[in-house]
Amino acid sequence: MNKFYALVLVLFIALQAKAQDTLRSVEIKTDASSTKKSYRKVTNTATMTSKELLKAACCNLAESFETNPSIDVNFSDALTGTKQIKMLGLTSPYLMITEENIPSVRGASQAYGLTFTPGTWIESIQITKGAGSVVNGYESISGQINTELIKPISDIPFFLNVYGSSDSRFEVNTHFNKKITEKWSSSLFVHGNTRVQKMDNNDDGFMDNPLGKQINILNRWQFADAEKGWVSFINFRYMNDEKQTGELDFDPNRDKGTTNFWGSEINTERFDVSTKLGYVFPNMPYQSIGFQNAFTSHKQDSYFGLNDYQITQKSFYSNLILNSIIQNTKHRFATGLNFTYDDYNEFLAVPSISGVYDRIDTSFGAFFEYTYDNLDNFSLVAGARVDNHNRLGVFATPRIHVRYNPWEKGVLRASVGRGKRSANIFAENQQLFASSRAFDILNSSGKIYGLNPEIAWNYGVSFLQGFTLFTKSADVTLDFYRTDFQNQAIVDLYASPQQALFYNGKSFANSFQLEFNIDLMTHLNFRTAYKYYDVQTEYISGEAQRPLQAKHRYFANLGYATHIGEKGRQWKFDFTYNWLGKQQLPNTASNPVADRLPEYSPSFSLMNAQVTRTFSSSFEMYAGAENLGNYKQDKAILGNENPFGTNFDTSIVYAPVFGQMFYAGLRFKIK
Amino acid sequence: MKNILLVLLISIMGFSTQAQEKKDKNAKREITVKGNCDMCKKRIEKAAYSVSGVKSAIWSSENQQLSVILNEQKSATDQIEKAVAKAGHDTKNEKAASEDYANLHECCAYERN
Repeated sequence: MNKFYALVLVLFIALQAKAQDTLRSVEIKTDASSTKKSYRKVTNTATMTSKELLKAACCNLAESFETNPSIDVNFSDALTGTKQIKMLGLTSPYLMITEENIPSVRGASQAYGLTFTPGTWIESIQITKGAGSVVNGYESISGQINTELIKPISDIPFFLNVYGSSDSRFEVNTHFNKKITEKWSSSLFVHGNTRVQKMDNNDDGFMDNPLGKQINILNRWQFADAEKGWVSFINFRYMNDEKQTGELDFDPNRDKGTTNFWGSEINTERFDVSTKLGYVFPNMPYQSIGFQNAFTSHKQDSYFGLNDYQITQKSFYSNLILNSIIQNTKHRFATGLNFTYDDYNEFLAVPSISGVYDRIDTSFGAFFEYTYDNLDNFSLVAGARVDNHNRLGVFATPRIHVRYNPWEKGVLRASVGRGKRSANIFAENQQLFASSRAFDILNSSGKIYGLNPEIAWNYGVSFLQGFTLFTKSADVTLDFYRTDFQNQAIVDLYASPQQALFYNGKSFANSFQLEFNIDLMTHLNFRTAYKYYDVQTEYISGEAQRPLQAKHRYFANLGYATHIGEKGRQWKFDFTYNWLGKQQLPNTASNPVADRLPEYSPSFSLMNAQVTRTFSSSFEMYAGAENLGNYKQDKAILGNENPFGTNFDTSIVYAPVFGQMFYAGLRFKIK
Repeated sequence: MKNILLVLLISIMGFSTQAQEKKDKNAKREITVKGNCDMCKKRIEKAAYSVSGVKSAIWSSENQQLSVILNEQKSATDQIEKAVAKAGHDTKNEKAASEDYANLHECCAYERN
């Protein structure tokens, strides 16, 4: 440990002496197309611009993926209204989620973290399928989602967004931006949202969505001196989110801790400070140094009926990176060091488990990533990192990506990579707290809740072909990915409906995607995708499909925009269709008939639509509907008549709980 | 583990000192090169990279300029001009042989003067 501090110290001194640094270049894209696939990039990355995000109600990051076929949006539970995302058939903990390349949603924030980034703050999102880069860490398994926020230097002086919806949710976003000096700019983003009215459309006595309020403030500073090659960001952020859910008659002041009525409150407070310092050598634009640091404090206080859950996570992340070339720019490399410190204080009281789970995790690692580009039709990224983690041990993480263009507009990509992580089984499976399930961890020798770390290999191939069909530009993509878990922290819901079992075991997830996009007319774009998933786990009871995963999914999106008229006047229309095949459901066979679900859910489809009217370059209004077909899950809460009884379960949710939802909003800009 | 880190550290320091001492190792030069399209761009840049000491080569069709960063201890711009001309593209000081020019793809047939 002493050696380790000495090294950190030496690093700091070295940095101060030289005082230099950059991050991987940040592109600001203002292209016409709202989702872009590259023919040149080595990784299988799609970029969603802020334009794409305007196509849906899109109040926060979790809701940003409705119009993107690579990411499946699911429903996490019947109470919190939280949307859960999956990629390649795996839930978000298996994704590396970063904000401007700093890991953001991890550990304690896994369940609700994506809802803590308001949609209007986002400049673009990069979605990478497969192994990904080694630069940011070893945890990513099925892919990476990076969010770029609006940069102070290119922001407009004032932005206002007001939103209201028929599920009684209201949002206000205000952005202020000021250029302080030639080199310094600053932005202040203030977000507030609230849901004020209890609603129970499915008449089960429980609210369909929680009452809630959130305040979220971000102040960021950007320094840029292009001549000397310096760039810097400093961010301060505070977030406070409160949710109350449960039975309509539940009054927290009166009923908390009693069996009068079932209710739950989830309160989260979060504070972030992050800094970035980048230096590009003025006489060598291909060489740069970047140094990023982030401190986060995340605190969740919650109870679910008589179950209690509290978690506090204090994290520090540091990353030093050097980008340069070997001989010439055909051979590039990135190398550097990471340090991560996580201090968890966790308290849990559910039937069968009650106790304190405090732990401190530290890891220190070095990485090297080599990129070869023949400047024509072939490129390769080969990366490896070695980390020393107090619980995961010393281990290597190799990852490799190749790209080959066999002919014009054809791209063949392949990737292989390893990922390793400690599963925060409670934080990641919070939906199970709102049930009468007894938790049982079957392993006890491992270092994380008795379990061993999760280790997986991910392999993938992808082929993209662009072409012209009857003079219309089109493209087709075929993806196949496989994730092989040598060891996973399995959550077994097949044993008894009164139990949630956790143990180590093997599993795999195969995913196949066929995507087709075409510009049918000028300004009329059609996107469609078919997805197939085979996700199997070796449960105690035998190999079986993971529950709540549709084997077949179909997606279509139609977008139309009129010509931009006088003063920027324009209409935009967007329609999204999703079909989900049947999903295997957790075992409820031993419950009384009234609280039993079939083995499989029915298949169903969902439709969203939106219209935007731009009146001028500074003012626009939008209105839309989610779940137009008003599809609702038949029985969202098991044992709702007797929530303190043995069959209560709100975690088996395969479809929307709330039916049709209408919303409207406006955006006002001062440029 | 420790050794790796030390090596990394030293290399990081090494890079920055190197950059400050010997300027001519990273000489920025602009060369006028004629061409038309993306295909030309690939060909011109490829030719430039074939000269040892060329670290970065970016050609822009808009201003017909090839921007290079080269190690002048290893080579000089006239070598780059020769290499580019041999690929079929006229530069300020070197003209491509007519058979090399004739071999270019039709979209690359830039106007000669």
